[in-house]
Amino acid sequence: MSQQATTGIDPVPTSQLDLAQEFIRRRTPMSVIRGALHRYPAISPAVVLLIAIVVFGAINDRFLAPANLSLITQQVAVIGTLGVAQTLVILTAGIDLSVGAIMVFVSMVMGQLSASRGFPAWLALLIGLAAGLAAGGVNGLLVTRLKLPPFIVTLGTLSIFTALTLLVSSGTTIQGNQMPDVVTWTGDTFRILGVDITYGVVLMLALYVIVAFILGRTAWGRHVYAVGDDLEAARLTGIRVNALLLSVYIAAGAILALGAWVQIGRSFAASPNAGADVNLDSITAVVIGGTSLFGGRGTIWGTLLGALIVGVFRNGLALAGLDVLYQTLAVGVLVIVAVAIDQWIRRARK
Amino acid sequence: MSITDSAQTETRTPVLQAKRLVKTFGHVVGLDGVSLELYAGEVLAIIGDNGAGKSTLIKCLTGAEIPDEGEILLGGKPVNFKRPQDAREAGIETVYQSLAVSPALDVASNLYLGREERKKGLLGSVFRIMDTKGMRQRARAELNELGISTLQDVAIAVENLSGGQRQAVAVARAAAFGSKVVVLDEPTAALGVRESQQVLELVKRLRENGVPVILISHNMPHVFEVADRIHIQRLGKRAATITPQSHSMTDAVAIMTGAATV
Repeated sequence: MSQQATTGIDPVPTSQLDLAQEFIRRRTPMSVIRGALHRYPAISPAVVLLIAIVVFGAINDRFLAPANLSLITQQVAVIGTLGVAQTLVILTAGIDLSVGAIMVFVSMVMGQLSASRGFPAWLALLIGLAAGLAAGGVNGLLVTRLKLPPFIVTLGTLSIFTALTLLVSSGTTIQGNQMPDVVTWTGDTFRILGVDITYGVVLMLALYVIVAFILGRTAWGRHVYAVGDDLEAARLTGIRVNALLLSVYIAAGAILALGAWVQIGRSFAASPNAGADVNLDSITAVVIGGTSLFGGRGTIWGTLLGALIVGVFRNGLALAGLDVLYQTLAVGVLVIVAVAIDQWIRRARK
Repeated sequence: MSITDSAQTETRTPVLQAKRLVKTFGHVVGLDGVSLELYAGEVLAIIGDNGAGKSTLIKCLTGAEIPDEGEILLGGKPVNFKRPQDAREAGIETVYQSLAVSPALDVASNLYLGREERKKGLLGSVFRIMDTKGMRQRARAELNELGISTLQDVAIAVENLSGGQRQAVAVARAAAFGSKVVVLDEPTAALGVRESQQVLELVKRLRENGVPVILISHNMPHVFEVADRIHIQRLGKRAATITPQSHSMTDAVAIMTGAATV
């Protein structure tokens, strides 16, 4: 018997197959847009932000006034910082519901130590950083050792750190003038092109530059994406998945400690009630920024755009004289639209 | 033992050799004294019915299972793999059926996933910056080496590739980095006709480049097309090792099912 006869496979002419593939891959304008969004997920938030700025600027000329721009950046600083931590966790296909609770906890540690206990400012900040690292480490260990879903782990630690905050603070707010200058330094401003910028905003931007660099240029960053993209594949290629996840939660903890410092400067106080909305707002910023809740997809700059969008919408709607409820409504619509777009993009790549 | 074959008279040292491997799972005997030899520059196919011990054999060779008895020699030296990572570090690369590629990452990133190279000097040692450009260049060279012409753009995300191209990426990753043995688990199972053919060409290319290949497959035509020798598993034992020249496909199936013995 000849080899060909035994295989029983008739060779299909290559030209026919090429034709078939051509047909499958034919591009429509919609699929081109979809492909571009897929490749550069930050495009859609950038477009939304630009439109929002133009529209709000046209509605009310006070919107683009230096004082108002300064206010927007300050409002964005805390959410933006927390968004960095949230992005790291979400890129690994996790979620961190405890970012706000950890941030408030650390801010109370910093405030209490520097105000009531008379610790030097640098030591109070350093212990705060250690508290943030430890809090992130607790989340990471629960996720990697007990193999619990991040949603459940951080839902639990959200309550735990909220309780710890009340324990540390006895429920009282520490005013900014009770704390050393260094602790409230993040609220100090300098002027650039007539706009007052706080050092907290600068810290946040520096954090974005650093984390963008780490995510894009180091093996650790690439592994963050790989683990979120396909955990099992990452494991099989030899990435130490648990060590990586633990390091992500610890890094998030450190960033949250920085966020606590920014928060103290922003409100010129360390308040146990500061974190009520920031949890969900940080997730909102990440999602609007084009990062997928399913992990492995997204950029840190998208989150900055997302945080700016939330800030611009809230501020612009307020300036337009609309009730707060419309701000909340707008943010809700934005989230749903953003996730719908993400799903639509993903469906393109079955 | 029932092994009588011309190929067995080889006097060369096998690149990879298993001697009388035994592996039991409770009362179930997965491997019942299986031996296997893989020589330099050959494609050894492993075929067998479901439950014949193909997977267990491969898992033992790649460190995913630890055999109860018997020994494994790599280049004539005994090795003890405790984890897949051990086998990998020793130079045995496995392409799993699930491919283990990261869809959102580009081709070059996937080739270097888990062993990224860093820039020289302080940028690499202190700032841990990856040598992205260098890795892309080497990825391109590696793909050319394997004759994978359909993958010109190494910066394209793997999810934009066809099934055959993804398989090519996975195979290229296994073949790169000076691996001594490449194990392919059902590489054509999920592929169409033309893509299967591309993968088989790739397997031949690996052999030309001197990398020995173990190929697990259910697809007889594919096995007979690329294999130099065929190891047939039956009921946890090696029923025979044949060659496509000495036996027909019908013979192979008969041996596999126990209708014939060698």
